[in-house]
Amino acid sequence: MCSLFYWVRMFALRFTRLSMPKACVAFCLVLSAFSGSPAEPIIGGQEGAGVRALLPPEDVQAMDTPRDGGLSLTIRWQRPTGEEEGFSGYRIYRSDSAGGEFRLVGEVDRNTTEYQNIPNDSIKVRMGKEYYYKVAAYDSLGEAMSEAVGPVKSRPTWFDIHRLPILVAIVLFFGSVLVFFRITKRGRGLFIRRIAGIAAMEEAVGRATELGRPILYVPGIMDVDNIQTIASMVILVDVAKLAAQYDVPIIVPLNRAFVVPMAEESVRQGFLNAGRPDSYDPDNVRYLSDEQFAFTAGVNGIMVREKTAAHFFLGAFFAESLILSEMGFSTGAIQIAGTANIHQLPFFVVACDYTLIGEEFYAATAYISKDPQLLGPLKGADFMKVVIMALLVGGSLLELFGVHWLTGLLTLS
Amino acid sequence: MKRQIPLLITFFFGIFMIIQYFIPHHGVNEWGGRFQGWTIIVLAFAYVLGVANVLRISLEKVYRKEADWPFKLVTCISLALMMVIGLVEGVGENTFFVRRLYNQLYVPMGATMYSTLAFFIASAAYRAFRIRTWHAALLAITAMLVMIGRIPIGQGIWSGFPRLSDWIMFEGPNMVGQRAILIGAALGAISTGLKMVFGIERSYLGSGD
Repeated sequence: MCSLFYWVRMFALRFTRLSMPKACVAFCLVLSAFSGSPAEPIIGGQEGAGVRALLPPEDVQAMDTPRDGGLSLTIRWQRPTGEEEGFSGYRIYRSDSAGGEFRLVGEVDRNTTEYQNIPNDSIKVRMGKEYYYKVAAYDSLGEAMSEAVGPVKSRPTWFDIHRLPILVAIVLFFGSVLVFFRITKRGRGLFIRRIAGIAAMEEAVGRATELGRPILYVPGIMDVDNIQTIASMVILVDVAKLAAQYDVPIIVPLNRAFVVPMAEESVRQGFLNAGRPDSYDPDNVRYLSDEQFAFTAGVNGIMVREKTAAHFFLGAFFAESLILSEMGFSTGAIQIAGTANIHQLPFFVVACDYTLIGEEFYAATAYISKDPQLLGPLKGADFMKVVIMALLVGGSLLELFGVHWLTGLLTLS
Repeated sequence: MKRQIPLLITFFFGIFMIIQYFIPHHGVNEWGGRFQGWTIIVLAFAYVLGVANVLRISLEKVYRKEADWPFKLVTCISLALMMVIGLVEGVGENTFFVRRLYNQLYVPMGATMYSTLAFFIASAAYRAFRIRTWHAALLAITAMLVMIGRIPIGQGIWSGFPRLSDWIMFEGPNMVGQRAILIGAALGAISTGLKMVFGIERSYLGSGD
């Protein structure tokens, strides 16, 4: 402070003939002109006993958020040079015009240098409207504001180019399905390898018939929005048809209320396909509970009380998979399981006689019915597997030689 | 018509949901969210069907005094009790419903059921690890290595056991196998989805014109 006072006094005496207060003002003006100070006045910033200038964020940029719905803008900035620990974070201000009133729209911590508004929050961005932004570094005493940047407008994206590889894959997949569909329709037979689990379905139903006991069909514990439940409902039609042909009751315990009408319809359809609609008993499609272990207890109870002889566990299963299948094993029933939940497969493999692993589960209906319409998607999936294998081998070889474009092309951001 | 209308609805919403994935435009997303909201409403109605199903089957068995009818009676009484208390008192944090019926009755019963898994794992593991074929021997040896790598004494025997265990589980054979199954399952799921959307698979819709 003493040295500052000395320099002001010297400035006043040597270069001007102003009084001391006026000399102070003039000295400050000259200093600010040479120092290139920030556009906004520094309001706060204190460290220890001396006043420290809190610097505003640098290189502030406002841009339309890429690949968004059109209701989002992104603001990026650089940490003020020299500012490491001495401030709390950043505040983001927005205005409709460069000279207008800037309103606080967001706050982030000091380690974040990007802000993106949430499309549906209370201070939403309107599509096509121009906005100006300022970013301020702040601490407990005040803030240092950057210059206003803008105008910036948000625009919607009509196609997410980063998802193009997926679109190409879907088109390729569907194309191959159509090609195989045409091939099968012309009467050309397509080879399908033997899937032991599906081939054993009739054996299981036959065994239940010999023993004169019912069949148990559990379609997993997920709702109809899960593709495994849907696939299971389709298989249920075929299993119910087999049950009707052998004149053996089929019990379908359900974990989700919404699956009830679908399961009823599937079993009824199976009995109808077998030409025995009168044998269908609606009481055998039973909703037990939405709760996982209450449902498990209920199914175990059915196994023990009704002495079911053939168990089908086909669908999405979780922790209850081993409880169900081990209980079924202890009753001596023949068991066929199938799921795409990888973590439950080992349990089923250990406890069941046959297990449909992943894709085999989805292939069941086509395998049983041999319907050309259903064989098309099955062979289409096989074709896609060949494509994926080729890409994996090709991509690995290219990576070995330091060529990364294929990996980059197929990487989803 | 009984089949055509559901097929049309499935086709429209299925195609819309596929398209929505590629179009980030907020208008399209809004409609997607709205459609999913409709699903929740429809699902809520399904509970009525579920309760009706439980009551119809259970009360009939109680009325006819069929085998195990007392269990069905307990089911009906429990259902009615939970429903009435929940409706009258509400399901707030400190209500009788949550404190007594849910936290002190339902949760322990669920936990008991879950805990039986430990015994089932033991019995299943015993069967899986019996060395009868070379496949079973390979499985048993691999399982032993993984287990030794996961316990403190494993590291004491040889410091490389945890690393070997991690390699088997997360980098090597186990992960490779899992990914192969996952790719196949994903393709199967897409294939099933396409069959539904394009009406190739329609047996689940039942019969009728």
